[in-house]
Amino acid sequence: MPTHDVLVIGAGLAGQRAALAAAEEGVSVGIISKVHPVRSHSNAAQGGINAALNPGDSWESHAFDTIKGSDYLGDQDAIEIMTREAPEEILHLEHLGVTFHRNEEGKLGTRAFGGASAARTYYVADITGQAIMHVLYEQLMKYSEQIARYEEWFSTALAIDENGECCGVVTRNVADGSMELFEAKSVILACGGNGQVWKPTTNALICTGDGIAMAYRVGAKLMDMEMIQYHPTTLAGKGFLITEGARGEGAHLLNAKGERFMETYAPNKMELASRDVVSRAEQTEINEGRGFPDGTVALDITVVPKKRVHEALREIVLVGRDFAGVDITREPIHIKPGNHYTMGGVKTDVDGRTDIPGLYSAGETACVSVHGGNRLGANSLLDTLIFGRRSGADAAARAKRIEGSKPSRKVLEDEDAMIADINSRANGSGRRVSEIKLELGQTMDAKVAVFRDEAGIQEALEVVQRLKEEAKSAYIDDHGSIFNQDLLGAIELGYMLDNAECTCVAALERKESRGAQYRTDFPERNDDEWLKHIDLEQTDDGPEISYSEVTITQWEPEARTY
Amino acid sequence: MADYKIKVRRFQPESGEGPYWEEFNVDLEPSLSVLDSLLQVKDGEDGSLAVRCSCRAAICGSCGMKINGQSGLGCKTQIGEAQEQANKMAAATGVTAAEASSPIGAQAPEQSHLVRAAGQEEAGAGRTAATTEVAAPIVIEPMGNMPVVKDLITDMESTHWTKFRRVTPWLLPHGEAPEREYIVDPESMLDITQSMACIQCGACVSSCLSMEADPDFIGPAALAKAYRFVGDPRDAETKERLHDLAEDPHGIYDCTHCFSCIDACPKDVAPMDQIMRLRRKAGEEGIEDSNSGHSHEMAFVKIIEKKGTLDESGLLQESFAPGIKGKLKPSKRAIKEMLGSIPTAIRGIKTGKMRSLPKLIPGVHHKLPGGAQDDVKAIYKHAEEHNEEFNLYIKGDEGELAELEAEDAFEEKAGAQANEEASS
Repeated sequence: MPTHDVLVIGAGLAGQRAALAAAEEGVSVGIISKVHPVRSHSNAAQGGINAALNPGDSWESHAFDTIKGSDYLGDQDAIEIMTREAPEEILHLEHLGVTFHRNEEGKLGTRAFGGASAARTYYVADITGQAIMHVLYEQLMKYSEQIARYEEWFSTALAIDENGECCGVVTRNVADGSMELFEAKSVILACGGNGQVWKPTTNALICTGDGIAMAYRVGAKLMDMEMIQYHPTTLAGKGFLITEGARGEGAHLLNAKGERFMETYAPNKMELASRDVVSRAEQTEINEGRGFPDGTVALDITVVPKKRVHEALREIVLVGRDFAGVDITREPIHIKPGNHYTMGGVKTDVDGRTDIPGLYSAGETACVSVHGGNRLGANSLLDTLIFGRRSGADAAARAKRIEGSKPSRKVLEDEDAMIADINSRANGSGRRVSEIKLELGQTMDAKVAVFRDEAGIQEALEVVQRLKEEAKSAYIDDHGSIFNQDLLGAIELGYMLDNAECTCVAALERKESRGAQYRTDFPERNDDEWLKHIDLEQTDDGPEISYSEVTITQWEPEARTY
Repeated sequence: MADYKIKVRRFQPESGEGPYWEEFNVDLEPSLSVLDSLLQVKDGEDGSLAVRCSCRAAICGSCGMKINGQSGLGCKTQIGEAQEQANKMAAATGVTAAEASSPIGAQAPEQSHLVRAAGQEEAGAGRTAATTEVAAPIVIEPMGNMPVVKDLITDMESTHWTKFRRVTPWLLPHGEAPEREYIVDPESMLDITQSMACIQCGACVSSCLSMEADPDFIGPAALAKAYRFVGDPRDAETKERLHDLAEDPHGIYDCTHCFSCIDACPKDVAPMDQIMRLRRKAGEEGIEDSNSGHSHEMAFVKIIEKKGTLDESGLLQESFAPGIKGKLKPSKRAIKEMLGSIPTAIRGIKTGKMRSLPKLIPGVHHKLPGGAQDDVKAIYKHAEEHNEEFNLYIKGDEGELAELEAEDAFEEKAGAQANEEASS
């Protein structure tokens, strides 16, 4: 049985940062990822990473922007930690070799981003996530004696000992199909978000909510699951992302009449209001008939100087050219709000600890919560790094402190049985896995998106519950061992359905409008009743709801305008 | 929506069978990708079709594959364009991409009968396609230069990643890190950002002709990565890195300048350019590598400048014993190399590749006639006057930018005219 002090599941930014932080404490670390680490979805974070590092900027300003952005649902103690530690983290990355953009003096340069009162976004062209992640992977290779990499290993279940503590994980080696029970004193879930539950989405095919579902299934609480971000600028149909950096560089949003409609919705911040605000504005324009016939509005990047576009927005020049057939330096590109980010997730404290001892979570899988009802652009990379590092350090400290226990073989046998069950379903016995995924994605995008109401969410929940039943008899074509992606897809479907059910239940429960949750039947924010987190716990009858307080330190909720 | 036929080179390792071709009919918008067509098959028809993929947007680098023989990303190649390309190939050669690709099956000789059968079958279809303009199938294969694991999935660990680790791919700064950031030239960061844009998809490795000849060649992706550190002013081991890469017989001088990697790269990293930068820097460091790589390169430059065309025999001599002009002092190794090249020369004569026997005698090779030589000199002069690095992150596409500048100038002029008109 492979044994490590600390086991990290997921090798995007949060996972890699956690592994490096744990290794720094001198413990043995294993990092498991269902894809090669550099394929992880942190790659897609284009625009940058926030930190109050410029003279004249302050962590308090960054914190306030984040809190306001969260529509006051973010926990202010956690936000304080994140924004205070941000500058040091940026410098750490710079020292490791990230090729951050420089100003003319050769110092770190910044760009403007949405919802921020200062230009505090550090960036590498528009490949910031990729650039940071590849540098962290360089470090993983450098420290390969302390950090064992399990690349293309797919995790299916967590192991919990008789004291209720997490002590390992069952993982399938994708290359040969062998199932392994890993033993660890601490396990960190850093598996990214659940964007694939919606269709279309900006998220990669791998973003199926694995970590959230695995934690939920062993009894960890989930939090803020109703808070799903729709990004204001995604390509219609395919859902590809156009970075907020475009608007940071000065691009305009126009409706079909050529009006810069943000004047109506956010006269001060205009295109750089919070994402939920901009997405709602766009959707309103589209719904009220001022969009284009293809259900979009336009993003006009031609107002940005061409040299600057080539230098700072090169990636989206390529996206426009290759995926929309549009030269963004010459003509506006059609965009619409699209599923983008999971603000909610596994409930953790500021050191990544979940309700289950030994189980940690970080990054998009986790909900600390620093994003509350709406995440600010360029805060996601920061979240992954700060809380990845803190989780890694605390997980290592725990590993040094405790004896650890051997996971029972039972969990491995259960997982073998689960796979045998999927393999045993005869071709044509039920629906195809892909059909169920499509129905799920389209339902969620129609009913649990920018604008929601009780009837719609209820309908979506009923569909999800039906699909859960159908998934039990869904069949696959591939029954082999080597790279059986078909089987992994069936397991992922189970993860996605758990995520979807939790989002529907929480969205139905929150009878107000806050951040990304906009209820047309409850259009106002209601601090008296709903300034609280919705927590969910798995029971035989579905998710059980409880509440937890929002931590307020020094910023009392105010009306939110941009 | 449109109908397409894709022809996929499949390999199911647990079936006990060798690789085989399978055709699928798909129905999708021309603007959707080749990857989308594969996913349509996977979702609707055959879930066992194996292909790595994740982001669908040319960011994650998972779906490297060969499409109509060309290495690239499945998600970045539009199916409509792939169809046009397949048709063009069929029309131009009378051979479909499907036929052209068949010999690759020869990698698994025990299965050659299978491939032959497929090839013969296609030959008829291909000719029909060329004459009646029936769409030729779009051919999809796993990447080259790598063992195939299953269908379109290759073993990148044993080929790409092992070599990647070979170049010490992490920053090696000296001394304590500064309290704040390293202060560096802003252009230097943009410069290496081109290498940082690499997504490790392997398309360049797949297309690399040098690697086909020398499987130990470090390769375009790993060397592009190496430049990311050599070009980084924060790295303190630039010299050591350059010596290492120049001295390795499978290092920077193993690249034959074929441009395949530049064509294949979906992110405009231009790996060959990065290799040339490494060579230039190695030259600037005065590294006379034991492969004579640097002197070989200099010999090329010198001979072309002098004669306009390549004098092969002179090249050999110049490469191993630079500075002839009557003072020929070949080293022992040079003599060995020159003697060693005799069989190659004989082969060249026998096969008719080397037609002019006097060419074998150093110094006999003629110059270009008339003004042609002046044109060559002018090219050299232009290159010397424009001795600057070309980097996409700094300047954008060269042609594109020139066009933009012209357009801006035109707009300014038009604007000025309008103003004049308005004022008059």
